[in-house]
Amino acid sequence: MKRRDFIKITGAAAAAAALPACGEKKTSAPVAEEEKMVLRENPNNGDKVSLLGFGCMRWPMIEKDGTRVIDQEAVNEMVDYALAHGVNYFDTSPAYLMGQSEKAAGDALSRHPRESYYIATKLSNFGDRSTEASIKMYHDSFEQLHTDYFDYYLLHAIGMGGSKAFFDRYVENGMMDFLLAEKAAGRIRNLGFSFHGSQAEFDYFMELHDSGQYHWDFCQIEMNYVDWTHADGVRNCNANYLYAELEKRNIPIVIMEPLLGGRLANVPAEIARQMKEREPDKSIASWAFRFCGTYPGVMCALSGMTNMEPLKDNLDTFGHFKPLTDEELDFLERMATQMKEYPLVNCTDCKYCMPCPWGLDIPGTFQHYNKAITEGTYAQNKQQKHYHKLKNQYLMSYDKAVPTLRQADRCIGCNECLSHCPQSIAIPRELRRIARYVEDLREDRL
Amino acid sequence: MLKKIRVALAVVFWVGITLLFLDFTGVLHNYLGWMAKVQFLPAVLALNVGVIVALALLTLVFGRIYCSVICPLGVFQDGISHIGTKKSKAPYKYKKELKWLRYGVWAVFVVVFILGIQAAVALLAPYSAYGRIVQNLFQPLYIWGNNLLAWFTERIGTYTFYPQEVWIRSIPTFIIAVVTLVVIVALSFKGGRTYCNSICPVGTTLSFLSRFSAFRPVIDTEKCKHCKACEHQCKAQCISISKDEQKIDYSRCVDCFNCIDSCKFGALKYRFAWGTAGKTPENPSAAPKNDVTAGESVQNPSAEGRRAFIAGTAVMAGTLAAKTASAQGKKTDGGFADILPKQAPERETPLTPPGSVSVKYFYRRCTACQLCVAECPNKVLRPSTDLEHIMQPEMSFEKGYCKADCTRCSEVCPTGAIRKITAEEKTQYHIGTAHVNRELCVTETGTSCGKCAQMCPTGAILMVENDFMGNMRPTVNEEVCIGCGACEQYCPVRPISAITVNGRDIHV
Repeated sequence: MKRRDFIKITGAAAAAAALPACGEKKTSAPVAEEEKMVLRENPNNGDKVSLLGFGCMRWPMIEKDGTRVIDQEAVNEMVDYALAHGVNYFDTSPAYLMGQSEKAAGDALSRHPRESYYIATKLSNFGDRSTEASIKMYHDSFEQLHTDYFDYYLLHAIGMGGSKAFFDRYVENGMMDFLLAEKAAGRIRNLGFSFHGSQAEFDYFMELHDSGQYHWDFCQIEMNYVDWTHADGVRNCNANYLYAELEKRNIPIVIMEPLLGGRLANVPAEIARQMKEREPDKSIASWAFRFCGTYPGVMCALSGMTNMEPLKDNLDTFGHFKPLTDEELDFLERMATQMKEYPLVNCTDCKYCMPCPWGLDIPGTFQHYNKAITEGTYAQNKQQKHYHKLKNQYLMSYDKAVPTLRQADRCIGCNECLSHCPQSIAIPRELRRIARYVEDLREDRL
Repeated sequence: MLKKIRVALAVVFWVGITLLFLDFTGVLHNYLGWMAKVQFLPAVLALNVGVIVALALLTLVFGRIYCSVICPLGVFQDGISHIGTKKSKAPYKYKKELKWLRYGVWAVFVVVFILGIQAAVALLAPYSAYGRIVQNLFQPLYIWGNNLLAWFTERIGTYTFYPQEVWIRSIPTFIIAVVTLVVIVALSFKGGRTYCNSICPVGTTLSFLSRFSAFRPVIDTEKCKHCKACEHQCKAQCISISKDEQKIDYSRCVDCFNCIDSCKFGALKYRFAWGTAGKTPENPSAAPKNDVTAGESVQNPSAEGRRAFIAGTAVMAGTLAAKTASAQGKKTDGGFADILPKQAPERETPLTPPGSVSVKYFYRRCTACQLCVAECPNKVLRPSTDLEHIMQPEMSFEKGYCKADCTRCSEVCPTGAIRKITAEEKTQYHIGTAHVNRELCVTETGTSCGKCAQMCPTGAILMVENDFMGNMRPTVNEEVCIGCGACEQYCPVRPISAITVNGRDIHV
């Protein structure tokens, strides 16, 4: 199905849905359209998956007995609300949130009928990749999630470390064979992978599919209006290429990082202004989600919602879904180009780099720096208006966001983090850049 | 009138010096630094002949104006006794001079001064005692006030103030400051200038001159009605009024002029009275010489404590290593590795600031007033806990390092213990040398690190091939190292850094 056709169909459907509503509500004042979550059908098995999926990587954490734990009460509330509003796809991993995500997801979801939601989890054997440890991780996931089958099971972050890492983690230790057997036994309904890597590596995995060696039931890729044609980093591939390759093979697509870890919800003021001019009452984030949903090959777009506010906003976006027009797609492409002009760090706050063995708060440092740049509150030079204020503001908020001993200047350049970053950020180099900026700011050398 | 002028000048000096010790921004010392430099003992230690001669002449001509106006501890006591005697109409009466105490302390002071036992000198010297009180007890309050303002200005979005850390630099010195404050308040609350006239060695020194001073309060015995009003107002308790005799002990009079204002009969005048005999001074050399203090001050810290310390740190380093190892296995995302607070390593030779020429020179001249400690913006200077140099500053790098362009301590030091240097000259001062502890360095376990080399401002740390591990390891080019501590401060190994700086006895 071509995108244009799809838009026509969904447009007509939306109009048809709207008509009876209008007829009924003749007497009352005009009210908002009824909310209806968009469902996308998995062509392989007919699963009706909500276009908005719940990413379980960014749940709220609270301090309890001196450790950071997931705020289960808040999670339950969000999960109930999401299910009640049509969200039925939940994506977690044994690695997320210091290993706490799966259990929190399981505890929240198991309070509902198993057939009312789809569970996606992953084999996140980044540390110990031996057969025993990997199988244990697989079995633990059942226990954590209180289930006896997984709807969607992923090889986690394929492409990082190249095909060698794939062989180490899944082929040589026999895990591929194991997982295929599990699929045959019905405990895995769909087997796929999440991808962070170069075009060549992606081609390799498509070849495996084409040659019949491994069949991918679905694939999870990073896709948004920046990564569409502006994927940066050495290893990352443009999303338009990935999308086309998958659509060609009719492999359902799950989207991760539709917001780049929130960076597309908090864009530089100049870009936000242009978006608000077009859609004054819609959130900045809604543009990014509409971008994902516009492409028909997308089965589900994951959003790592931290509290009720983004959840409700997303439900509004997908409940009254309006695909983007060609003109709007061009507009977003222009916005992506403009965004590239800011010296932002390409961090999505996924925390895969953490814990840094030397105690640094890598994502915290990047988030703070990005925020100052996005909001235009970073001091650039002494001649600048309000320099002194901006300087103190930056330094004080930095100390508050990141304890001094976890700040950028503490990086020793051991490069331990490099292989963990799905965005292939040169983390030590970026940290050094920020450390130098902060030092110049402190010493008034800017 | 005279009293009003005295009070006004005293307030100016006292506020100035107090602010000098409170200020952490490095601005005020440019305007107020001279107030510390005209203090008596610092001037003596700095061999500042101009100031010494000026103070001697001031005392010879006008009496102990110094004690009433320039000395911050004196003015502070006036403030305390003002509060303590507010309700009383006749708070003071004549007391006999405590000769044995006064000259005894003075003699001890001279002896320890000559012997160079600066810790004892610093304990008795009024200016440094006051400095310690302000730096240890009042500066934290001042900084908290600043932090409160910072919190407030952050809320209203002006960011005018920047918060600072408050920390106790040395517990013994803090305790000494508390005790000094308690003693001073206790003595002056009802007793006026008791401390100045029976303990303070500077006061005693000046008293040798003041008894001959050209101008002094003089009682006109013709006019005096023996009402004792002046005696009752005399903080120094040195006016004795009776029918038979009306006299003032000029060795103790601090020229506060309270008596002048108190006399209703115009019998007291501050006037030229050169040559009229005061009391003949007691011969100070007759005071007993006491060497006991000298003997007990010099004592090495026990080697046993040092050994226990090293053992303790080794255990902590071991647990750290074990912790890192157990983090292997299942890799999950997020969370933080623990960061242990840094501890000071054992330094064979103490580190003294650039400008102090040599360790000996520094400790000989330092009066432990804590002005440099109060000023140091990099949290490097703190009072030593070593008995030999107790209260006198030393450097350590747990919270910061000595930055190349900072020369604040050398600018404020009133005694010349830290000579004034420029940022350019600073690089000439080789205050210590870094050395690597291979047993702790992370490069020895194959980790790639070069933080020390990256932070070193002089390029003294050379990364060389470590054939065994196949990575680079740091080495120190000793002659290029200046001992600033950037490497020690930034070394990722905790609690004791794998690269530490040892002091150098002679800096230039």
